[in-house]
Amino acid sequence: MLDWIVGYMPENIATFGEDIDYVINLIGYIVFIWWILAEGVLFYFLFSSRKKEGVKATYEDGSTMKAMSWVLIPVVLVLGFDLFIDYKSHSAWDKIKIQLPKADVVYRVMGQQFAWTYTHPGVDGKFGTGDDFEPDDLVVPVHQVVHTVISALDVIHSLWIPNLRFKQDSVPGRIITGWFEATKTGDYPIACAELCGTGHGVMASTLKVLEADAYKSWVAQQSAAALAQ
Amino acid sequence: MTSHQSNFWNYYIFSKDHKMIAKQYLITGLIMALLGGLMAYVFRMQLAFPGEAVPGFGDVDSGTYNQLITLHGTIMVFWVGMPILLGAFGNFLIPLMIGADDMAFPTLNMMSYWTFFVSTLVLLASFFVEGGPASSGWTAYPPLSARPEYSGVMWGMNLWILAVALEFFSVLMGGVNYLTTTFNMRTKGMKFSRMPMFVWMQLAATVNFMFSVGPLIAGALMLLLDRTIGTSFFVPDKGGDPLLYQHLFWFFGHPEVYVLLLPSLGIVAEIIPTFSRKPLFGYKMILISTAFSSVLAFMVWAHHQFISGMDPRMAMPFGLLTIIISVPFAVVLFAYIATLWKGSITFTTPFLFAIAMIAEFLIGGVTGIINGAAAADIYVHDTYYVVSHFHFTLVPITIFGMLAGVYYWFPKFFGRMMNETLGKIHFWITAITFNVIFIPLLQMGMGGHQRRIPDPTEFEYLKGMMGMHKTATIALIILLIAQAFFIFNFFYSMYKGKKAEANPWKSTTLEWDAPSPPVAHGNFEVIPKVYRGPYEYSVPGCKQDWSPQSAETVN
Ligand SMILES: [Cu+2]
Ligand SMILES: [Cu+2]
Repeated sequence: MLDWIVGYMPENIATFGEDIDYVINLIGYIVFIWWILAEGVLFYFLFSSRKKEGVKATYEDGSTMKAMSWVLIPVVLVLGFDLFIDYKSHSAWDKIKIQLPKADVVYRVMGQQFAWTYTHPGVDGKFGTGDDFEPDDLVVPVHQVVHTVISALDVIHSLWIPNLRFKQDSVPGRIITGWFEATKTGDYPIACAELCGTGHGVMASTLKVLEADAYKSWVAQQSAAALAQ
Repeated sequence: MTSHQSNFWNYYIFSKDHKMIAKQYLITGLIMALLGGLMAYVFRMQLAFPGEAVPGFGDVDSGTYNQLITLHGTIMVFWVGMPILLGAFGNFLIPLMIGADDMAFPTLNMMSYWTFFVSTLVLLASFFVEGGPASSGWTAYPPLSARPEYSGVMWGMNLWILAVALEFFSVLMGGVNYLTTTFNMRTKGMKFSRMPMFVWMQLAATVNFMFSVGPLIAGALMLLLDRTIGTSFFVPDKGGDPLLYQHLFWFFGHPEVYVLLLPSLGIVAEIIPTFSRKPLFGYKMILISTAFSSVLAFMVWAHHQFISGMDPRMAMPFGLLTIIISVPFAVVLFAYIATLWKGSITFTTPFLFAIAMIAEFLIGGVTGIINGAAAADIYVHDTYYVVSHFHFTLVPITIFGMLAGVYYWFPKFFGRMMNETLGKIHFWITAITFNVIFIPLLQMGMGGHQRRIPDPTEFEYLKGMMGMHKTATIALIILLIAQAFFIFNFFYSMYKGKKAEANPWKSTTLEWDAPSPPVAHGNFEVIPKVYRGPYEYSVPGCKQDWSPQSAETVN
């Protein structure tokens, strides 16, 4: 029923992506049915109430409680659905943006005109040591919790990874920690979602999700190269 | 008003007559709408055919692209929606509907328009300064907007701030008139409970504007200081905070939507009863809902900032209130729909646009629930989904609402009728192409297509959406061409249209007591008295199916 719209969503590869997709679909179905009903009633009234010779309109100003209940009862139902949606949405929000599971990997992500810079702490897991390195792509292991410590150098950007259902503004002067856990290996697009100037449309990069072993040896190799410099 | 001697200058230009001022607002607003529409043509051509020169414009580089989208949004909200829905219709109709001979402060009214006119010139001047006009989006988020080196725009952005400030000043002057006039100049018998919904909605919009604009003016001033004398209100290098601006902007920005929505709902509230020959359903219920939504409007602003970096716990209250604000609007929309029930409907052009306003605004309403649910918003924020959502609200509000109003009150404005056939052609092409533009945008947004990028082919995952970009662009071109039917109809009918009687639609409210067009000085031949509510159609026992507010008895 909603394939014509949610069908466009790219494949989800995040553990919390299911929760977001569930909320989107839940709302999608609820509002789509309400919308069909409302438009249906609207068009039925338009059709059935068109002017007919000799038939006068019915005087009804909707001022009695009985008449108003035709509007207020559906509205109470709307409110009920609203609260249900809100409850579901916030359980998901809480899980994604408020609770922070323990990190297996930490990246620093810096937005600047017009590129994303990723800093990996290297084998020792500590920033500011000689084995830190800055890969072109955001390379992460599958099935592990990755923290992104996001900031910005100049203006606001927004780290946007559609397959991960991940979006977070990067704000100069603030450090915002987000997280994700990828469920599938492969290459996925990264973009900037917040207008940041003339190069906003070219702030492209790639998320590379690797198997744990491949990731480990990649980190070791990158760290060694950084130390050798 | 004492001198009946009028020459060209004080009749057409420095007029203090609310009707002429309304026409000035209307014409200026329509010209700006055309300009805003042509900008959309240019950037949508760039999106559909990236890198190719746009016919009639030329190459669109990324800087130009940012300037076009910024000015398109700015113009459509501040130079089309506000001047037409408030400036033109508010000015024209408030005195007529409450039985007044003019606004309370005619000179202030004139100053309001001329301040608006100057603001328009300032905005247009920004196109011609070095570096071009503003390019930071209509929301002008700092630090991008706060330091010239980040955007490459220097004076254009300063002029943008100045123009917006002047425009707000003009709306404030108009608002003082709307409030004072409505409170003090109602004719005998025009109790508040008998006021047409349109007047109520203008009042509510004005109050919303007055309460919300203060913080934005402060924000704009701080932004100007950041740009010009190097303060750091919004730039962190010396301790400022970019998010402060967002709070100030959206504290205004959300009520601002209602500043546009309410007058448009007011227009529709007049048109639906007239053409369905029925009283507006639930007058008091609509008023209470409007008041409720106006209060809530001030408590939802941070739903624009779920992923802005603000404390994520704030998403809880703001998300809840945002979703609850759908309730009062559901009341209003359902009441409008209920008004049609067992009516006797004539499908005129103004009625069609009024119905389309509701039918399309419903899409805007339901799609907004996804934005209001914080978890879902993570995905759709700053994508074409949002672009589509707010066009499904703002196009019905400003464009459909405005066109409904123009077709409906044209005979009162100009004393002649518009052509119905041309009107219906205009309606159907506009309504259909509008959906063909924005449904693909909804789909692209779901596909993860971020906003405000000039060339989607830079991203592999967006290449598959180019067909949808082309569809939307072609539909936009057809929509724009179809406006020729309106422009021709408008000017042709102004001079050659069928002469209009005082009350061509057999309507009940006081503006239809005045001749078409109303008497130049004083509106009415005799100031009417009011004997009943505004929507007494098909009253049982009356032969005539409309009972004017001014008629002591109706047979
Ligand atoms: Cu960007
Ligand atoms: Cu809002």
